[in-house]
Amino acid sequence: MAVNIFKNARGFWTSIVLAVIFGVIMQFLITGGTLNAFYVNTLFFIGINIILAVSLHLIIGITGQFSIGHAGFLAVGAYASAIITMKLQLPFWLGIMTGGVAAAIAGLIIGIPTLRLKGDYLAIATLGFGEIVRIVFLNMDYVGGASGMTVSHLTTWPWLFGCVLLTILVIVNFTNSTYGRACISIRENEIAADAMGINTTYYKVTAFVIGSFFAGIAGALYAHNFYIIQPTNFGFLKSFDILIFVVLGGLGSMSGAMIAAIFLTIISTFLQSYPEVRMVIYSLVLIIMMIYRPQGLLGTREITSFLKAGKSAKGGVNSDSKNTVA
Amino acid sequence: MTAKTQLLKVSDTGIRFGGLKAVAGVNLELKKGELVGLIGPNGAGKTTFFNLLTGVYVPTEGTIELDGEKLNGLQPYKITKKGISRTFQNIRLFDELSVLDNVKVAYHSLVNHSMLSSIFRLPSHFSGEREMEEKAIEFLKIFNLDQYMHEKAKNLPYGQKRRLEIARALAAKPKLLLLDEPAAGMNPQETEELMNLIALIRNKFELSILLIEHDMLLVMGVCERIYVLDHGQLIAEGNPEQIRNNPKVIEAYLGEEVS
Amino acid sequence: MEIIQQLVNGVSLGSIYALIALGYTMVYGIVKLINFAHGDVFMVGAFIGFYSITVFDLGFFPALLISMTACAVLGVLIERIAYKPLRNATRIAALITAIGVSLFIEYGTIFVRGAQPEAYPGNIIPAKSIEILGVKISTQSLLILGTSLFLMVLLQFIVHKTKIGKAMRAVSHDMDAARLMGINVNNTISATFAIGSALAGAAGVIFGVYYTKIEPLMGIIPGLKAFVAAVLGGIGIIPGAMAGGLLLGVIESLVSAAGFSLWRDGVAFVVLILILIFRPAGLFGKNIREKV
Repeated sequence: MAVNIFKNARGFWTSIVLAVIFGVIMQFLITGGTLNAFYVNTLFFIGINIILAVSLHLIIGITGQFSIGHAGFLAVGAYASAIITMKLQLPFWLGIMTGGVAAAIAGLIIGIPTLRLKGDYLAIATLGFGEIVRIVFLNMDYVGGASGMTVSHLTTWPWLFGCVLLTILVIVNFTNSTYGRACISIRENEIAADAMGINTTYYKVTAFVIGSFFAGIAGALYAHNFYIIQPTNFGFLKSFDILIFVVLGGLGSMSGAMIAAIFLTIISTFLQSYPEVRMVIYSLVLIIMMIYRPQGLLGTREITSFLKAGKSAKGGVNSDSKNTVA
Repeated sequence: MTAKTQLLKVSDTGIRFGGLKAVAGVNLELKKGELVGLIGPNGAGKTTFFNLLTGVYVPTEGTIELDGEKLNGLQPYKITKKGISRTFQNIRLFDELSVLDNVKVAYHSLVNHSMLSSIFRLPSHFSGEREMEEKAIEFLKIFNLDQYMHEKAKNLPYGQKRRLEIARALAAKPKLLLLDEPAAGMNPQETEELMNLIALIRNKFELSILLIEHDMLLVMGVCERIYVLDHGQLIAEGNPEQIRNNPKVIEAYLGEEVS
Repeated sequence: MEIIQQLVNGVSLGSIYALIALGYTMVYGIVKLINFAHGDVFMVGAFIGFYSITVFDLGFFPALLISMTACAVLGVLIERIAYKPLRNATRIAALITAIGVSLFIEYGTIFVRGAQPEAYPGNIIPAKSIEILGVKISTQSLLILGTSLFLMVLLQFIVHKTKIGKAMRAVSHDMDAARLMGINVNNTISATFAIGSALAGAAGVIFGVYYTKIEPLMGIIPGLKAFVAAVLGGIGIIPGAMAGGLLLGVIESLVSAAGFSLWRDGVAFVVLILILIFRPAGLFGKNIREKV
């Protein structure tokens, strides 16, 4: 179930060191010009999408709360950070922080009332929230309304990589702790979780706020990776793009969500000039996937469990007939 | 029966759904260490009564007290923390979690390390989690479930699922354990094992048990006292012998088998 | 008088929402699925009506009938191909499929015919207006209202007085019991999709006649709002969807009238969140709790 590499302190630190080495190598490749602008651009998109995928994975995959308005938090983060850097001329790091915190506050405000709802109703309420956010920015002259807001390009590889790493670490560590187990127990059976002394509302809101926080950080990086942000960038389709990462990778599998984010980002950069083809393919993949493999590519398993083949083979008699959405 | 102190006191409690009185005017008491049965024909309101005790439903009349503390209106998780824990008629395990993790969830409210210590992997996280794991494994051994420790709960055989659900409920350290038809769907041999298990639990954990059961043999065999519910109202109370000979009970069960 | 004028506009708009909302509510009542593709069936209906009128030179009512028939077929196809295999799957899987179908129809349409909008010709219905008590009501509005009301009455008749209607009510009440009673559940579900989609197709043509401009993504916002209307009235409850649709149309018109027309699209979602928080079963619904 869980990513076991962080189970002990040594595994935890080894992973961090390896990741940092990877980041430094990439930095040299970028500054040295080995990677051309196209690749660098794709790489940045991948990074931002990984943050979005992992943050939504915490809400949907781990806690089982079907939120389809994630672009709303992305928008809050993007606009909040852009206000900090462009309107107030404050440094970028403060913009990133503000983006995260603003989105987390939005998550708290929207999460407390709506997370009492279940399944379909929650989905529709979060979708409604995403639309409201978009319409609010559309009507705010301070941030340019429909014509949008110009933003300087400040997102650099170290910032991006640092944020991706932080997101993954926090969410993996959260998941693999008693707090993450509390969230999973809500996904698996909310009534039983409640009966076991888990404050279900508290943990649903907590997961929602953490997820929103990182979506906000992604928003800050997203805004400062373009030259302009407009409300139309954050519509329902954007929420759907993020949703498909989580669903395709396997609800409950973080590595699955990351792989899907990487893979689909690359595909969509190639299909950039044919957006309708991209959407037709996406939607067909989604429908076929749900009919033939509704648990997603990896199900709830992590990629690491495939590396430890011996261990996973033992529990491999899983009849994946999952009818447990309470 | 030696004189023991009172644990649970339910006074004139009931609930109505719209115009329908599902449970009404129930008075019930449980002393510390008692094993009490709650029986009644289908649809008598037994599970609804459990839902009242555990806070899934809020009673529309009467009061429920545990150790002198009023429980009315508390959310289910708070009632669990106060000391009532339960199993479900239709088993509700955390299917995708391992057997070990199912038990750990019940320990959650007892942990000391903070969320931040877990996120930043501070030493208190590791010690806290290790302590939890050790406790949970020790616990599973009592129930002979340690061999399935790393198996997903959904892959357990039926009888073991019931066993795990009871283990999980006990891990929450209740003063009062509510068992909702624990023998449902079990064969006679499994039922007998379960009877032994329930007896063992009560002695080992020093708690009170309230048991809903259809299997008369099991109820008559292990319970000291029995309450009978019919149409949402208590119609009889007494020891197994008294219940067996109570004309009201026989009438309520008319057509159903009373062994 | 201005207010009454706005109310008339609101009722016209609301009757379109109501027609779409009926399909949402019927489908949800019977298979517990939010059919996200429903708004896109509405869009397809608008386009079929448009081509019937411009290419085949038909009048309003023939175009309406053709559009309704074609949408009924489309609805059944969607159900049979995409939703039927998932009837026992998780709710999330079904919801994701519905989103997938919705996107497929939207972008499939763009792929086939491009994203450019079309305009319904203005002379389908003679543009006269009648003045009642100082309020100008166009014949268009009257026709829309009349058609919508007729369809809603027809639906009530089908649901309450016919055999298939009885089967639909039985299946939505308890699918397994209905099956045991010898009701063909698959056909009943298909019939529900057919009727709901036909209503959406009708709404598409009416929308085109009233608002003129149609385009492949036009179904998204009215679709979502119609869903809000269905939730507002109490999802699964047919009169609730009608009332919810009309109410939402009126609310939106009043917001526009109050000078907040840019916020109009947001109002529906605010209404949605408020209703979900304070009365999740909707105005006409009863609260049902999960059985423990």
